[in-house]
Amino acid sequence: MGTKPNTQAPGANAHLTTPTKLTGAEIIWATLVGEGVTTVFGYPGGTILPAYDALRKFPIKHVLVRHEQGAAHMADGYARASGKVGVAIATSGPGSTNLVTGIATAMLDSIPIVCITANVSSKVLGSDAFQEVDITGITLPVTKHNFLVNKTEDLAGVLRQAFQIARSGRPGPVLVDITKDAEQASAIFDFEAAKPRAYRPHPMLCVEESGLAQAAELIRNAKRPVILAGHGVIESGAMEQVRTLAERAQVPVALTLLGLGGFPASHPLNLGMMGMHGEAWVNHAIQESDLLIACGMRFDDRVTGTLATYALKAKKIHIEIDPAEINKNVKADVALVGDLREVLEDLLPRISGRDGSAWLKSIQASKGAVAVHDIKNLPDSGHLYAAHVMHDLWRITGGNAIVVTDVGQHQMWEAQYFHHEHPRSLITSGGLGTMGFALPAAIGAKFACPDQEVWVVAGDGGFQMTAAELATIVQEKIKINIAIVNNGYLGMVRQWQEFFYESNYEATPLVSPDFVKLADAHGIAGRAVRTRSEVSSAVEEARSAPGAFLINFLVEKEESVYPMIPAGKALHEMIRRPGKNPLEESADDK
Amino acid sequence: MLHTFVAYVEDLPGVLTRVASLFRRLNININSLTVGRSERVGLSRLTLTCDSSAEAGHRIRASLFKLENVVDVDDIAKDPAVTRELALIKVAATPRNRAQIFDLVEVFRARIVDLTSESLMIEMTGVESKIEGLIEVLREDEGRILEICRSGKMTMRRGHHISSVLHAMGSGEPDPAELAAEAHDESVARAPEP
Repeated sequence: MGTKPNTQAPGANAHLTTPTKLTGAEIIWATLVGEGVTTVFGYPGGTILPAYDALRKFPIKHVLVRHEQGAAHMADGYARASGKVGVAIATSGPGSTNLVTGIATAMLDSIPIVCITANVSSKVLGSDAFQEVDITGITLPVTKHNFLVNKTEDLAGVLRQAFQIARSGRPGPVLVDITKDAEQASAIFDFEAAKPRAYRPHPMLCVEESGLAQAAELIRNAKRPVILAGHGVIESGAMEQVRTLAERAQVPVALTLLGLGGFPASHPLNLGMMGMHGEAWVNHAIQESDLLIACGMRFDDRVTGTLATYALKAKKIHIEIDPAEINKNVKADVALVGDLREVLEDLLPRISGRDGSAWLKSIQASKGAVAVHDIKNLPDSGHLYAAHVMHDLWRITGGNAIVVTDVGQHQMWEAQYFHHEHPRSLITSGGLGTMGFALPAAIGAKFACPDQEVWVVAGDGGFQMTAAELATIVQEKIKINIAIVNNGYLGMVRQWQEFFYESNYEATPLVSPDFVKLADAHGIAGRAVRTRSEVSSAVEEARSAPGAFLINFLVEKEESVYPMIPAGKALHEMIRRPGKNPLEESADDK
Repeated sequence: MLHTFVAYVEDLPGVLTRVASLFRRLNININSLTVGRSERVGLSRLTLTCDSSAEAGHRIRASLFKLENVVDVDDIAKDPAVTRELALIKVAATPRNRAQIFDLVEVFRARIVDLTSESLMIEMTGVESKIEGLIEVLREDEGRILEICRSGKMTMRRGHHISSVLHAMGSGEPDPAELAAEAHDESVARAPEP
């Protein structure tokens, strides 16, 4: 569209090897190029204009967002899909404050992003100048670290340090705020000399021989062990090691929401997702367990239910890179504080074959005993349930897609009915639970993985929070498929009102635009789906459409996500699927 | 319980905010905080005391270490250490009743650092209880104390314990193995309280 070709001459990257005098604005881009950045997501404005003016000289793709929150989510989606650092750019004042929700989202889920904001000139800093805001102060609690740079000569070093901090240890967002005069002045750019000092691991990391021996001993003697696999499995790249541990010691694996994809869904030892909307047999297995092997997870309240009754019979081995997480929620009997993959590589030689068949059999039996009335196995009643949509989406794509969800009921249905085989195939806001995340994060994911099929799964509420990014899809001519699970309510909140507030549906019924027409207004094709029989053909149509495609799934209005552990209740105190229909559910997906 | 943390932090703008913000977020009140230059160029040393559960010590220390500008953190807990506080106390005193205060200052091993016809200023260094003691005695005469300024506590471990910062900075680059070892070092010989 309006994108001008980059005008950099051959050998334009010579400044990466030879110290060169550049403006601060040029140093920003030159440093990003040196750090391997190819795509950034941003929105220009007064104070960041010097940087935008210099952009054309550098081989970096800039994606113009419609709202800076979208830029932060896109950088986040890019990072989650690729494992690389995502970059968001915004101007001072409202530009930078609009990033905050996206930064907090990345913080809570330990996602490496670098946000670059401009600020007013250093001589008016702190004077309430036009579009001035203390963004380093505002983002202090929601960044891993942030910087205010007012000297051009500090820029390269600070930016390089920002990338190092974002991606090292437990990853997280870093913000670099740059004054306009630092962009405008010039300095000698020496990429090599700006290299940050060697990364210093957290001094309280601790993996001792005795701890490894103790862990191996506990695993050897456990009768009812369960591996709890979290986001750390994916961040650390420990998929193979977790799988080897599970298979060698015959230990079933339960996953957190962010852990989905870290262990193949089809693996016989995979129990599925645990926690608030985990299946009954998963949570019962944890409650009955005598040994929990927590791998890269932090015992979040959505995973444990009330701590007073959480897995009381179990010893706990906690393998975790962040020492501040040890004993925070759940007391660890053995803490192995370090990078998960490295710890498991040290632990695995001590693990020998083990017969886990009795325990696995009893879990398998409990699947039947706790048979739930799963909607996807019911005969077609003419109604459309979100579970059907997720199940068919999984079936038709063969699971070979990156699914980016928003937050709410559809998110949990996706987690229950779309089976993730591979890491980074589910992108979702777990910790902060940010509505409006899906659409922009999916755009970021598509830029990270242009050859992959990308699906947005969003509710009618969350989609409207960031629907403006539809125009970004069109401007960038990218192919993303969008499934809106439209029940006319803020569904998860409605569900809580139904269960805990006497069905007082205050402020949850939601009027939406005709999403298909909205898509059409953007030049995006789409269709509405009202019955189960149309789901497959709609998904196929979306997949074969040349451009982005939106499907508005008009699903059953007052369906709830089951099972559910009410907040503050024990992990085994689940609200089960209502038994309206006598059909037995099979735990398998046949 | 009362926790005492000694930390080495980079001497940069905003670092104190980051430390304070951590305690604010944990909803822990900082009882006392002193900051000043340390033996290392570019590093400030701070002593921070707060009331929190016994188990909180580990998490606070781990969280302090997560701050990029924090170089070293020591959780003194109940280990042998010297703690001191400085107080400046201005009291109303006329030539007629000065002598009585001079005696008090003598007994408490404090010093007079300013003297005017209507008031005098006492400087006193010591443990918290000693300073409290002097203030209590001075309060026996109503209206005598005009101003009190207290520095907050400063703490240093007894014995030859050397912070890992010294090791690290001495050799140029921090040695991760050494830092990790020190973080769990329980073996440092500590002289008994005299």
